[in-house]
Amino acid sequence: MPMPAETDATSPKHLRDKYAIVGVGETTYMRGSGMTTRALGTLAVRNAIEDAGLKPSDVDGMLSYQSGDSTFSNFIAGDLGIRANFFMDVFGGGSSTEALVGMAMGLIEAGMCKVVVIFRAMNGFSQVRIGGTGARAVAPVSGDMLHSRAYGWQSAGQMFSPTFMRHMYDYGTRPEQVAAVKAIHSEHASNNPKAFYKERVSVAEVLASRIICKPLHLLDCCVETDNGTALVVTSAERARDCRHPRALIRGVVGRCSKPRLDMHYQHGPISTVAGQYAREILWPNAGVGPEDIDVTGSYDAFTFTTMLQLEDYGFCKKGEGGAYVSDGTIRLGGRRPNNTSGGHLCEGYTHGLNMVIENVRQLRHDADDSCPVGADGKRQHTYDYREGGCRQVKKCELTANMGWANPGTGSAMVMRRD
Amino acid sequence: MAIQSTYLDMPLDIGELDVENLAYFRHCAAHDFHLQRCSACSLVRYPPTTACPWCAAPKSEWVPVEGKGAVHSYTEVHHAIQPAFKAHTPYLILLVDLDTQKGQPTEHEALRVVGNLVTPDGNLAPKETVRSVGIGTRVRMVFADAGPGIALPHWTIDEGAAQPAKPWRYPQE
Repeated sequence: MPMPAETDATSPKHLRDKYAIVGVGETTYMRGSGMTTRALGTLAVRNAIEDAGLKPSDVDGMLSYQSGDSTFSNFIAGDLGIRANFFMDVFGGGSSTEALVGMAMGLIEAGMCKVVVIFRAMNGFSQVRIGGTGARAVAPVSGDMLHSRAYGWQSAGQMFSPTFMRHMYDYGTRPEQVAAVKAIHSEHASNNPKAFYKERVSVAEVLASRIICKPLHLLDCCVETDNGTALVVTSAERARDCRHPRALIRGVVGRCSKPRLDMHYQHGPISTVAGQYAREILWPNAGVGPEDIDVTGSYDAFTFTTMLQLEDYGFCKKGEGGAYVSDGTIRLGGRRPNNTSGGHLCEGYTHGLNMVIENVRQLRHDADDSCPVGADGKRQHTYDYREGGCRQVKKCELTANMGWANPGTGSAMVMRRD
Repeated sequence: MAIQSTYLDMPLDIGELDVENLAYFRHCAAHDFHLQRCSACSLVRYPPTTACPWCAAPKSEWVPVEGKGAVHSYTEVHHAIQPAFKAHTPYLILLVDLDTQKGQPTEHEALRVVGNLVTPDGNLAPKETVRSVGIGTRVRMVFADAGPGIALPHWTIDEGAAQPAKPWRYPQE
């Protein structure tokens, strides 16, 4: 895949390599956390700051995202003794992670703060169900929602499926091709001690699981879990003193959208997603193209979302996403593994943040798998990807995350190893 | 005036300030489909909006629009999320390209109007009918009354139209 026009690998434009992710942290990915989102957020943020080798008092900025289902920055800051020079909690789920990293860069660049923590804390299984069941399913249908919820068109799977179906119609994409995403991510999860689902499943098992709404089988859908996740962003300069090799941010794009955000289906082709627009910002700003990327983190709320984004960001030709995700490319040991943690389909659901955490660890060459830890305290990676083994990608230098809100909106970020 | 009613035991609610949605559903209640036409650029839009998505002009008028078209895409729900729909699975959510303004103002655009597949009298369609509809099926609009001042536009198979030999359906039944 040739790089898009205007790609320039040398100019230091758009803050390329000027900012870094220096700390990542999470709680256990679980069902029935038995704690508040405040507790989940506090523990995750504490872990991320500790991972960076910083103290809470070094942090002076905080960002979070949620949809009326979580605590706010001021409580987390209070719990950890952080005096903020800036904080903001934004509305939204998937695609927020990369967008907020870009905002953190802008905040620091503007001199408003120096070290920013971004967190997402959610009881996506035990409180506000991410699948849409529970309290949200019985809320009154009002105003603009009458054009969707009144038709039994409410959950993420229901809302996105017209795009998934139309892709099959337009390009002949087959169910077994898309099911390979789940099978492959489950292989990755089997090498991730943190993953909620560690069992490997086959394509046949995905296709034999019950239909939720066509074309989605149960196993085409992500897991619902309770968890807190966090990361720390600071300037590349400040990052030099931190504990780990820096994950330098090459380029970022946030909540890039198709036309008609009020109802994106009005503007086609509906088998195309926001990545078609976002890639025109991502690759030129990052100074690299899809061919240069070693590991992808294409959001897997559903098997289809991974495929659609990889295709529209240019990892394969338009319409060939089904072949790309099923030919072994995205598997550990393949040309360009995707979601090496198992992602939302297997590790846990965080609205995107754990996929960025995973790629930071890949760039540090420190994926937390079951490989033995050596005398220097570092894992001795075996690169044996059999069940229960290694999940570190050899010589990982460049990663791309592609966050998904819906077919009409996405975010993305390219990071490189220091 | 605000509307509060119930449909399939779901509480529906439109506030008195929401003049666009009130007007839209008032026309539906008369079983007479209307959409806003921009007073500046003359394009018709769906769903209701405050200003024109193409030229940003705020002024529009409600005009009658023919409720006929073809299924552009769909999903067939087997596991309902909302309790109101649990007794009706499998049900179809259709995204229908209206014949009116199809391919305008660009080739990729159409008035894509959502609705369920229903019987000609407006009830959610039975399983056998659900299985006969796919991408390309010709449909016509019918209304399900949902209380004073409101009815929901839906889709039923257009018996009078030439139908594709085999509409595209998801391969696994």
